[in-house]
Amino acid sequence: MAEAGKSLAYHARHEKSWVTATAEQDNPPTFAEVNEDVVRSIVETGPGYWWILGVTVVLTFLCFFVPWFYQLEVGLQASGMNHPVVWGTYLANFIFFIGLSHSGTLLSAVLHITNSSWRKAIYRSAEAMTLFSLMTAAMFVMVHVGRVWFVHWSTPYPNQMGLWPNFRSPLMFDVMAITTYLTASWVFIYMGSIPDFAAVRDRTSGWRKKFFTIWAMGWRGTHREWHHLSQAYTFFAVFVIPLAVSVHSIVSWDFAMSIVPGLHQTIFAPYFVCGAIYSGTAGIVTLMWVLRRAFKNFDRYILPIHFDNLGKLLLVLSLIWTYINICEIFTGWYSGSSGEMEMLKFRMFGFYAPLYWEMIAFCAFLPLLLISKKIRRNLTAMLWISIAINIGMLTERFIIVATSLPRQYLPDAWGFYFPSTVEFLITFGSFGIFLTLFLLFVKFVPSISIYEVKETLPEPRPKGEN
Amino acid sequence: MENPHKSLKAKWEENRRPGYYQEYENHWGMVIDLDRCTGCGACVTACQAENNLPIVGEENFREGREMKWLRIERYWEGEYPDVKLRFIPMLCQHCDQAPCETVCPVYATYHNQDGLNIQTYNRCIGTRSCAVYCPYEVRYFNWETHVWDEPLEQQLNPDVTVREKGVMEKCTFCVQRIRKVKDRARDEDNRPLLDGEVQPACVQSCPTEALTFGDFNDPESAVSKKKHNDRAYKVLEDLNTSPSIVYLSRVEPEDESHG
Repeated sequence: MAEAGKSLAYHARHEKSWVTATAEQDNPPTFAEVNEDVVRSIVETGPGYWWILGVTVVLTFLCFFVPWFYQLEVGLQASGMNHPVVWGTYLANFIFFIGLSHSGTLLSAVLHITNSSWRKAIYRSAEAMTLFSLMTAAMFVMVHVGRVWFVHWSTPYPNQMGLWPNFRSPLMFDVMAITTYLTASWVFIYMGSIPDFAAVRDRTSGWRKKFFTIWAMGWRGTHREWHHLSQAYTFFAVFVIPLAVSVHSIVSWDFAMSIVPGLHQTIFAPYFVCGAIYSGTAGIVTLMWVLRRAFKNFDRYILPIHFDNLGKLLLVLSLIWTYINICEIFTGWYSGSSGEMEMLKFRMFGFYAPLYWEMIAFCAFLPLLLISKKIRRNLTAMLWISIAINIGMLTERFIIVATSLPRQYLPDAWGFYFPSTVEFLITFGSFGIFLTLFLLFVKFVPSISIYEVKETLPEPRPKGEN
Repeated sequence: MENPHKSLKAKWEENRRPGYYQEYENHWGMVIDLDRCTGCGACVTACQAENNLPIVGEENFREGREMKWLRIERYWEGEYPDVKLRFIPMLCQHCDQAPCETVCPVYATYHNQDGLNIQTYNRCIGTRSCAVYCPYEVRYFNWETHVWDEPLEQQLNPDVTVREKGVMEKCTFCVQRIRKVKDRARDEDNRPLLDGEVQPACVQSCPTEALTFGDFNDPESAVSKKKHNDRAYKVLEDLNTSPSIVYLSRVEPEDESHG
């Protein structure tokens, strides 16, 4: 920990990093401008923001909460689920959002430990994405279960019934893993934001001052405080990485621990972790594009180099993803078991075949374009590729559920599943939850790390000396 | 001295702990003789009446949400006009190594001291993972709170809970009847149960006596004797679920092969 004992600023100045992207611009922002730009994103709220927030909240209410309440009233017959397809879109969405959550904190932690300075401008919003997609995923657990009013029984708490949850159950591991990851991500993003809360506190007035005073927890920026922050931050970065890998492994075990052909795959844990980071990274690219557009001067911090680097990562992940997909199909086919063959036939050539091949096109072939630097630096292209990847990944989760369960061992019990209107609405509305939380985030938290961006900038000198 | 060359399976069977119990008081099981079964469906009806199974209505039936703890599976073989119909009654197999039990996060389903796979309706939160994990597809979910039109609610069995929406259910081997008989035996000087004293509704109603119910722990019981038949097999045995239902395959008169 001796290394970590030195301040973050020390690292930034002494690292042999190949790029300090923000500083390499022709006219890099000064320290004062960083503060101004970020604080402006919090305090200056145009009518556009209010419109978007208003529409999002209303749509979320109409498309998520109203159909959900209806479903609570009439029971799960409001969904398209049936026997034997008792899992459906809700579970697919749950896994998608858990996946989307994967890159933020994980990438931020990995890049922090490897001292990659280009992370500094993007990590805050990426971590927020983690937090909010985890929360949205948690909502899907509520929507999915039959009796949500008893869902707390799946958590271990002392109770008058004298009953504990079943610790053999992968669903139980899930509850543990996700709550741990949520807590750790929350602490990680909060801790890293404390100096920024203080910076905003010192530059605002009124209720904002009170608000940020509380969140800054009396940060004064003494040597001791920086020292503790950097130690704690590095500790959490190391702590979060194995956690993130474990979470999606465990989510995959919900499937892999069963004996259903198509779900019972030993490769599922690495497959899901890879898929999660893949979809999460694509999510960050989309998010960066939006932030860059939404706020004045943010294009001075979020640069084409960020898209370039994430594009390389996406390319590698897409190759791994494709490889694992081939392995999965090959081992299924090689087993020669009739159950596996029927499932593969249904998945690749059945009713949902168009969705399957769309997934292959979007997640395996389209990202190959990223091999060209021109495309990686073309922000519009990056936006569309990242969106396509996430559509593909959402489809993947759906395909896994909707094409495995209808083809199990007893052909008499074969079935079919198509989502109902309620399921479509709730899926649509869930993105509203995510967006609402994010819209609130950009107004309550500095969405670019002020102090870490400054670490990458040239040190201020008296005028005329430069 | 322990035999070091014991097979892995033997070691596993020695060390496994089914449910909470080291051994069962009874090990209830069933033998289904497919040579006797005519596929009449009396068992299905009896089960429906005994266990308060709802009639879900036309629309829900089309959607595939019917409740049949016991169903007759039909398999067509060959092309018209040379068509053969095969059928097999399918109900909860009460597996000793039940996949549904390990996955339930709240212990709503577990093995009890009778070797039964128990479903606790009050405890179920409706994750439906047990139904996914079950390879026999015999778990049924309450997609809605079912209502019985008057005066049909009068014929509900008072010994069996009426389940609400969001709860999983399945064949219990008529646990209410097992309880009743066991209680009576305890009252009568704790006497041992007689073979055939407990009969689930399906067994009781079978006109050809294709179904036999009894205790596998008792070597003299009818089921214990029948399970050593050459025709005996278990459904999807290679999945290692150790089902408690033994099927006796049908003997084909023409080609003598086992169905």
